[in-house]
Amino acid sequence: MGHWVTIFPGSTFCRCQGLLLPFRMRRSTPWAGERMAEYKVKFEVFEGPLDLLLYLIKKEEVDIYDVNLTQLATQFIEYIEVMRMLDLEIAGEFLVMASSLMYIKSRELLPVDQQVVAEGEDEGEDPRWELIRQLVEYKKFKDAAAQLQTLEQRQDEIYPRRPIKPDFGADAGEPKAQASLFDLINAVNSILKRLNQREDLRDIFEDKWTVSEKIEYILGEIGKGASLKFSALFASATSRSEVVVTFLAMLELIRLRQLVAVQDSAFGEIELSPAPVTTTSPPGVNPGEAYAAAVVQAAVETAPAPTPSRPDVSPDTPPPDEGLSGAAHHPAAESNPAVN
Amino acid sequence: MELKFILESILFSAQRPLSPKDLRDVLAGAPEHSEDAAVRALKKTPVDNIAVALEELAREHEQAQRSYRLVCVAGSWQFVTQPEFAPWVKALVGHKSRPPRLSQPALETLAIVAYRQPITRAEIEQVRGVAVDGVMATLLERGLVEQVGRAEVIGRPITYGTTVAFLEYFGIRSLDDLPAADELRRIVVQKPESLLTVDPGLATTPPEQLTLTAAPSEGAAAEGPASGRSEPPETNRLVSDAD
Repeated sequence: MGHWVTIFPGSTFCRCQGLLLPFRMRRSTPWAGERMAEYKVKFEVFEGPLDLLLYLIKKEEVDIYDVNLTQLATQFIEYIEVMRMLDLEIAGEFLVMASSLMYIKSRELLPVDQQVVAEGEDEGEDPRWELIRQLVEYKKFKDAAAQLQTLEQRQDEIYPRRPIKPDFGADAGEPKAQASLFDLINAVNSILKRLNQREDLRDIFEDKWTVSEKIEYILGEIGKGASLKFSALFASATSRSEVVVTFLAMLELIRLRQLVAVQDSAFGEIELSPAPVTTTSPPGVNPGEAYAAAVVQAAVETAPAPTPSRPDVSPDTPPPDEGLSGAAHHPAAESNPAVN
Repeated sequence: MELKFILESILFSAQRPLSPKDLRDVLAGAPEHSEDAAVRALKKTPVDNIAVALEELAREHEQAQRSYRLVCVAGSWQFVTQPEFAPWVKALVGHKSRPPRLSQPALETLAIVAYRQPITRAEIEQVRGVAVDGVMATLLERGLVEQVGRAEVIGRPITYGTTVAFLEYFGIRSLDDLPAADELRRIVVQKPESLLTVDPGLATTPPEQLTLTAAPSEGAAAEGPASGRSEPPETNRLVSDAD
């Protein structure tokens, strides 16, 4: 805060250096013979007359209550003089404060018994006391402001724990009912009905669509969004055979557990979405291969893991390395004879 | 299961700070998801009990001296990291996007509003000794203060108070938790016995008429609040000089 004022050496400013004022002098250009060098002066701008008074008091290193107001008045007015000299705009509040300080000072010139007793109660009207009270109050709020500033800075360093909502997958809410095969057939029937009316049976077309193409198409579609409406899947279908091919592709994907068909409510719109545990197969893979991969995986998942339960292993011949633990092994083995 | 730990788990997974009322609502809604008797038992936990449990929890976290603690800002509770770990947290989540720091005049004005609300603009100016129009505009714009009513005096001037955003900005629990709140709320400034305002030689310097009535003026100096009592050596010196 503050602003820069350019002044010249030799001007009345030199006199100001003796003042208890927050000046910082810096020569901006080197001293050049007879040329007048410019000086830059950092001139602190106070928030107001009270701020300046507090600064002056602090400079004196005295308690506000013990401050010498006449001396303070002198310094204050000197400061205003400097401001005027530097051609700074002097805020009205400074002048008001200067005048009340002058009043206090002039009052002090008179002996106590000859001082004007202000009308009404003289105790509360003592201008010195009024000023000190104001200074003390302002000082307290200035301190409070400093504390707020500390809090402000501290708050910059404090990070709240803000967890994101845990992602429980697409159907995080209530698991939707799986659409049955008949639901799917009903749905595709209604779409076929729409196309039936437009079908021209006299012409024969070559088969333009293949199931594997449509599988790619569907995988591409559900790859983009979370779910796909059943009707949207067939929206672009132009012929009965295309609907049939797409439907077959969809069934194939459901069978491969790439896709799930769910229905919100009875007779509701059927939605297709990626299966929760997707066996990621790159698009364009041969459906047969994908199928084989899925089968293999399913086999791995559902295969009965422990060897003793396999019927071809005799319960009487524990593995040779089991030695001592063989006895513990027997109960498990003995539970199998039903298989043999 | 203790209530405070249940509250802790809720706050731990909460996506926003929760007030004791919010927590009560969570407790009240829990039986919908569980048939557990313990859950049912806490269904009608009073807000006061929740507040007490939260205080205890916060105290425990404070004592455990962990890198995070449970704080209450503007009446809502949340977990926050301790400021000294900011460099590392910053490296992870980046700098907080906070508006630029408040200027000195803004902070002073804000402090006056915070401690003295509801307060009129004229009253603020009286304390600060300068006009506050520009500063108030900034504070209003940033949503830290707001109009709270009108003073029932001539002209019915607008009164101002701080907002919830103010508490959040400074991380303060409530207005009662402002630093040194009770002291600053109503400043009682003790008037000292005497005011030391005089320059030596000023006011006590006896003009012509003073020397004529030396005795009464001495008495007045002794009683007067201004000079005499606190500077007896000075007065003595001056009197002897006059002699």
